[in-house]
Amino acid sequence: MRRQIQIRDRWKEQRLVTSRLLFTAILVVAMSGGLVWRLFHIQVSHHEVFAELAQGNRVRIEPLAPTRGLIFDRNGQLLAENLPAWELVAIPEEIVDLAASLQALEALELLDPAERGNLIDAINSHRRFERVVLANLTESQAARFSARRHRFSGIDIREGLIRHYPYGDLTGHSIGYMGSISAADMQRIDRANYAATALIGISGVERSYQDELHGTVGFRQQLVNAQGRVLVDPASIGASSDSMPGTLDTRWPIPGDNLVVSLDIQLQLAAQRAMEGLRGAVVAVEPATGDVLALVITPAFDPIRFAAGLSHSGYRELETDPDKPLFNRALAGRYPPGSTVKPFLGLAAMNLNALNPDDPTFCGGHYSLPGQTHQYRDWRREGHGLVDLHRAVVESCDVYFYRLAVNIGIDAIDSSLRTFGFGDRTGIDIGGEIRGVVPSRTWKRNNFSRREDQTWFPWETFISCLGQGYTTATPLQLAHATAALAAGARFRPRMAVALQTAVSGEVVAIDPVRLDSLPEIDPRHWQRIREAMIGVTEDPSGTGRLAMQQTPYRVAGKTGTAQVISLAQDEEYDEEALDERLLDHGLFIAFAPADNPTIAVAVVVENGGSGSGLPAQAARRILDAWLAAEDYG
Amino acid sequence: MARRFTLEAGAAQAAIRNPFPGRSFTMDLPLAFSSLAVCALGLVILYSAVDQNMPLLIRQGVRLSVALLAFVVAAQVAPATLRLWTPWIFLASVGLLLWVLVDGAVGNGAQRWLDWGVIRFQPSEILKLAVPLTIAWYMHDRALPPNLLNLTVLACIVAVPTLLILRQPDLGTAALVFAAGGLTVLLAGVSLRVIAALSVIALGMAPVLWTTMLDYQRARVLTFLNPESDPLGAGYNIIQSKIALGSGGLFGRGWLNGTQSHLEFLPERSTDFIFAVMGEEFGLLGLLFLLGLYLVVVGRGLYIAAQAQDNFDRLLAGGISLTFFLHVFVNAGMVCGLLPVVGVPLPLISLGGTSMVTLMAGLGILTAIHGNRRLLVT
Repeated sequence: MRRQIQIRDRWKEQRLVTSRLLFTAILVVAMSGGLVWRLFHIQVSHHEVFAELAQGNRVRIEPLAPTRGLIFDRNGQLLAENLPAWELVAIPEEIVDLAASLQALEALELLDPAERGNLIDAINSHRRFERVVLANLTESQAARFSARRHRFSGIDIREGLIRHYPYGDLTGHSIGYMGSISAADMQRIDRANYAATALIGISGVERSYQDELHGTVGFRQQLVNAQGRVLVDPASIGASSDSMPGTLDTRWPIPGDNLVVSLDIQLQLAAQRAMEGLRGAVVAVEPATGDVLALVITPAFDPIRFAAGLSHSGYRELETDPDKPLFNRALAGRYPPGSTVKPFLGLAAMNLNALNPDDPTFCGGHYSLPGQTHQYRDWRREGHGLVDLHRAVVESCDVYFYRLAVNIGIDAIDSSLRTFGFGDRTGIDIGGEIRGVVPSRTWKRNNFSRREDQTWFPWETFISCLGQGYTTATPLQLAHATAALAAGARFRPRMAVALQTAVSGEVVAIDPVRLDSLPEIDPRHWQRIREAMIGVTEDPSGTGRLAMQQTPYRVAGKTGTAQVISLAQDEEYDEEALDERLLDHGLFIAFAPADNPTIAVAVVVENGGSGSGLPAQAARRILDAWLAAEDYG
Repeated sequence: MARRFTLEAGAAQAAIRNPFPGRSFTMDLPLAFSSLAVCALGLVILYSAVDQNMPLLIRQGVRLSVALLAFVVAAQVAPATLRLWTPWIFLASVGLLLWVLVDGAVGNGAQRWLDWGVIRFQPSEILKLAVPLTIAWYMHDRALPPNLLNLTVLACIVAVPTLLILRQPDLGTAALVFAAGGLTVLLAGVSLRVIAALSVIALGMAPVLWTTMLDYQRARVLTFLNPESDPLGAGYNIIQSKIALGSGGLFGRGWLNGTQSHLEFLPERSTDFIFAVMGEEFGLLGLLFLLGLYLVVVGRGLYIAAQAQDNFDRLLAGGISLTFFLHVFVNAGMVCGLLPVVGVPLPLISLGGTSMVTLMAGLGILTAIHGNRRLLVT
């Protein structure tokens, strides 16, 4: 190909560039002119406005805190609100006789005489025109002062808001509470938006929905002089000048969103009553949505103590209490699930075709591996006789599940428990949740440093299939897994159901989140295991029968008992000889009505003995409370 | 001077062998005086802006010395030599940009710095020089105005570094590098119809750009449109800088007497907002004097471009001068609320080194272009 030769007219090209240079030179001059015009506008035309702002006077921007969103339960009951609070404030320069004023206030029982010295110091250390907070008043105190306000020059009442939880300790662990903004929070939040905010959500939904509840800060621009004294009433100045920063105006804060949570406060109340005097946790979940209907931890603490400002000693007292009221047992308690894992393992074994539910097995009260002498005991010394899967669940036969464990092996136990959410966080929308443990070969390898501890021993498979040993689960995980049994599907447990924009009142529902981890399971297998769980509460030999007698609805349940101490081969468990804190933990899981479940519940009673006792009775009262409203005759 | 005249191909050969041919020292007095005056004035303002912090000022003095060295050295490099180096300069500076993205130091939420122990600098600043240089290099032996194919190549030369800088992210420098390239292409005579078409495309791209911007960048644009909307947050800078400028008035409040800056109302007063300190303390007259000095530099640069003898020299000189002006305009415009706050330093004055060295090197190149004019042989 022949190279194309361009004929270039260098002279023309030079003229082109020169003309462009001229064009850009004109542009430079024009832009400089614009700049100078702008500078003239600011520096000469508006010099006086700015000079005043900069020299004698300045604009002070006073941030205005937004009102925090309210929290309601699923039926519209108020769980967190903002109550008016009254502060007694003094403006030192307007007070005629400080000592006399303070004395008169003490006479009205508005001030503590012991505080007088501190108050005088505080007043003297402030600028003469700055407000000093003297005390927080109750409603009646505020009324008492208001009636006599004319007698006190320079002293006034300022209204504010404090967070209040009408149900007190009933919602401490779920709704959470407020506290001062920590250094770590400061890194996370938009500081400008928190300019007027003193408290931030510390736990529960108050923390996880902090951004939504908080709202948007407002501000008021005020003219102040160099010392910070407000010069002009902002209201008296209109938007006179153009968009200059001297314009004084107010932008009102936008209140935070209201939050509707999944709790039913009446059920919560019933659950707390059912747990009265016991140490433990209750979690109730709606199987079809994952809504947490009740989340009760006992003993509880009153979150209002935090909102009002908890003293150091008060916090220490809560923290060192042996009953650990601040500990969220429902989300972070590590309990061996005990026999409550049996329905899950039975279902898994059927699903793996490792088990024919109708094949009976003989239980003579103990089990030995072929060729070994060590006897693995059943909880019932005399044994259960011939048992199939149904009876094994109903009577909680251990020997049946030893055989099952040998058949499917630890790897299948591990993976099938995980499909129901054990061993991992459920993802509930409040913080502080732990994973729990589903032990496996891999888990042992990763969690023990010594080589000899990393090996998996056959006997560990046996204690794992009874939900003991390394296995731990939280009450929330138990309730979540039970709900999955009830619904045949997993929904992420959740507290927040809807958000309501405070200004427009528009309600935005939050969709439930379905988790896809359950394998394909034959409907007949589901049916089998549900029937077995119904048997627990209805069959004459059912471990949960006593507590669930004559329910107007059908209940599917399972008891569990978790050892706190381990017994040697031939030791006897003697309840009376044991320290109360070494007694077994009792567990009960249930869902009801069995044919169309609307609630799944897990009850854990620390050192509560057998699961068929106190835990099952508590569960009964909770189910009664939930289903009483509905007509199951 | 006569010794400088050689056939072009020969000159290139000679330049490789000897980048600093044995000619007497090259210097352009108007350019040198005006830029030095700006630098001197800069130290005076900086002294006030950093609250008379001498160690800081001395460090800035060291940077200034490096910048002056860059100026003097660049002035001695024959443009023909520079042209031969250009592709390598471009590739090296783009390489540095990539390095920054992989292993740069983070500051202010962006990854802009390279820290080599002895020196710490922002490679993106070098691109303000490298992009016009590369465009001039590419176009010097091609016909002007550029045809569509050449325009596409030029667009790539501009786009690659711009996008890399946007990734850091550094909106201000990216915009300046883009503008530096765009202005040089404009000088190359691209037709006004193409410019109009590109503007339409740019407007169409605006929403796309908006979605890729980071929150703080969007906040800056929104605040620029209405600073009073967020007086506690992003609007604070603009409000305070306008108060500083406005209170300075015609004559200023006097050196070291600006309350806005000394009472710490004015943020970033030693870097991006130093123009406001100048305006507060020296008034409109002081700013006019400073702008005058800048315009002498820019005007001299454009004159050198017009006098230059080949397309490489013309485009390069014009591109450098206009970039310098744009630098001034963007910073001043930002401080007085005409433009969004994009974080562009005031040339030769703001605290900081890389920008100063690059700009002074650019002025050195202008000097070299003027000093190396060949005598026209007819």
